Amino acid sequence: MLTRRKFALLTGAATTSALLLAALPGAALAQQKTVVEFWHGLPQPLGGQLEQIVKDFNDGQQAVQVNASYKGSYPETMQAAIAAFRAGNAPHIVQMFEVGTATMMAAGPAVKPVYQLMEETGASFDANAYIPAVKGYYSSKDGKMMALPFNSSTAIMFYNKDAFQKAGLDPAKPPATWPELVDAAKKLKASGSSCPFTTSWPTWVQLEQLGAIHNTPFASQANGYGGLNAELKIDAPLYVKHVQALIDMQKEGLFKYGGRDNKPDALFPSGECAMIQGSSSLRSRIIKEATFAWGAAPLPYWPEFANNDPKNGIIGGAAFWVMTSPKRTPAEYKAVSQFFTYLAKPEVDAKWHMDTGYVPVTLKGIEIAKAQGYYEKNPGADVPAAQLTRTPTTENSMGLRLGNLPEIRNIIQEELEKAFQGQQDAKQALDASIKRGNTVLRNFERANKG
Amino acid sequence: MRGVALLDKRRRGFLFNPPHASPLRHAQPTKDHPLQRRVTFDNRLLPYLLLAPQVAVTLVFFIWPAAQAIWQSVHLQDAFGIRSEFVWFENFTHVLSDPNYLDTLKVTIVFSVAVTVLAMGVALLLAVLADSKIKGARAYKTLLIWPYALAPAVAAVLWMFIFNPDIGSFGRALRALGYDWDYRLNGGQALVMVIMAASWKQVSYNFIFFLAGLQAIPRSVMEAASIDGAGPVRRFWTITFPLLSPTTFFLLVVDMVYAFFETFGTIHALTQGGPGKATETLIFRVYQDGVVNNDLGGSSAQSVILMVIVIALTAVQFRFVERKVHYA
Repeated sequence: MLTRRKFALLTGAATTSALLLAALPGAALAQQKTVVEFWHGLPQPLGGQLEQIVKDFNDGQQAVQVNASYKGSYPETMQAAIAAFRAGNAPHIVQMFEVGTATMMAAGPAVKPVYQLMEETGASFDANAYIPAVKGYYSSKDGKMMALPFNSSTAIMFYNKDAFQKAGLDPAKPPATWPELVDAAKKLKASGSSCPFTTSWPTWVQLEQLGAIHNTPFASQANGYGGLNAELKIDAPLYVKHVQALIDMQKEGLFKYGGRDNKPDALFPSGECAMIQGSSSLRSRIIKEATFAWGAAPLPYWPEFANNDPKNGIIGGAAFWVMTSPKRTPAEYKAVSQFFTYLAKPEVDAKWHMDTGYVPVTLKGIEIAKAQGYYEKNPGADVPAAQLTRTPTTENSMGLRLGNLPEIRNIIQEELEKAFQGQQDAKQALDASIKRGNTVLRNFERANKG
Repeated sequence: MRGVALLDKRRRGFLFNPPHASPLRHAQPTKDHPLQRRVTFDNRLLPYLLLAPQVAVTLVFFIWPAAQAIWQSVHLQDAFGIRSEFVWFENFTHVLSDPNYLDTLKVTIVFSVAVTVLAMGVALLLAVLADSKIKGARAYKTLLIWPYALAPAVAAVLWMFIFNPDIGSFGRALRALGYDWDYRLNGGQALVMVIMAASWKQVSYNFIFFLAGLQAIPRSVMEAASIDGAGPVRRFWTITFPLLSPTTFFLLVVDMVYAFFETFGTIHALTQGGPGKATETLIFRVYQDGVVNNDLGGSSAQSVILMVIVIALTAVQFRFVERKVHYA
């Protein structure tokens, strides 16, 4: 029964709320703005440049507000995202380094594949706009894009032109093959260099890239793309020959082991090492610190294994993944897809490439950088993209899809260190890596099947 | 706080007999315990209320995580916790049958014993020297305490700038002298370096306690010994050292726990467990497997093993070493 009193109360309440709504149009608008949480792992200055892109996006439209926050290094960002997901509180977007790709792909319901997101939200998205080596790395078995590629790098070589001159080498002609590199290193040593050659990211550059360039599998099942039951195959003659060559060079004082991951980076800009193989993103540091003339060159190859036709290298860096959460709304996915559409624009890609030194991830991005005369002004800046796109990708040069790849990388680094200490030869180091690495792969397979 | 409580054990029974406090009423010695004063409360709830914060802290920060570790250690899970399988003790057999784990255990023992001995030895020597009558003793004392204020990772970076073979001042000097110093490839050198870095951090802490302990030793005893003709060395071993034993014992326990658990930052910043696995300790591996490798089951199993080791070690120390401790 609706009494008079109740009626009065109800109408009163209705009028008040209507008045409130009318009086606060700003609040109502703010509620309409969909908020997207975006976690990234780029330290300064790169983090600031990324946040600038986010700001440009936020300023350019009214509907979506993307909040970018720095969560520490790549592994820390990954941990933060995993912990948040377990607590039912995952961010909408997380930046994940390339070695975490298999973990994310196996995560099943935790991740919303990008192709699916774009389809469901009706956004136009062309996976073929991306460089094949980039597209391949982040595609599922049936060629569907799982993550949005963003900051990619690849491994190249930097060399000290002054040191080359001093050693009687042609500074315009960096070694293209490994035998040439060994010769150059001998001449550099003879001219007084204490470190003719070093490498950053030992596993990524000296084994993963090596396999791709020489079209040799790193693991079975098409480097893991074919299934979780992949096994390491780095005891192939190519790898044994290469690692043994490094060990021998080290004994002769031609190669210096500078530590794990990117620790050896410092050895090149300081002028100590005359040649370094490492991430193409080392470029900006060299520009800032080096006081000598230097050049960039593609990674060398072994003529007998490459048939003088080296393939494209593979990528490093990171991509953006969409995470799920029990409380996600369709509007939020729509907002994420709007942001991704913005990021996928070739102009944004080209600007990021030219500002930071990362590789352009879209084919049009390369064109834009070329059209703006970036490569004429910055000789050598086109080497990474050229190496990535020089051949169509093969099964062995698409990338690696191995579970717990960070752990496998560390295992290989450990075994290489034991070899460089003289405790074992190349074959033993690689056999031990396979044995320990396969255990890791089997554990990952068990934890992620079904 | 723990330190204070333990040191105060010279007043035996402190932990069990609360000192005089206002809400307490002291009953007369009872028949059953004629020599013990019992404390009773007027209010039945009050004692539980007073205990509650401590119990809550223990539950939240120790019991709960420990229970979770035990639960995790018998499960196999993917990184996101979507699939979980009960596997009995498989994680444990897997860890214990891994030859690398046993190597890590050896490294940990060498590392912990070396850190404890070095940190305590150097601190004791410095404390004895600083306790003697010298000019500027205050300045020395302050300077010696400084390193304790540094975060382990910061301390490790400082060490890197000294010992790095390419950019470190001392490292370069060693190489210039013709010594092949390169801890990135020489496991022995790497271990020596992390031991020194980890001990250096702990010397300050030990120094404060030793100095306090030394200052508590009555001068009259020392003077009497001097008059009897005992030299400084004799005085140290027959008077100072035995009277310091409660401090020494306390520091032994604390330093062991420090070496086992708190040296992670130092190792992480300096060597990341390498080269090979030459400087990988148990706690570093727990981090590596759990956080970097996303193997929560294996990492939890290692945590449980580590917990058992430390509990056993502490129990042994209290059971056997403490017997030799002389509480004044």
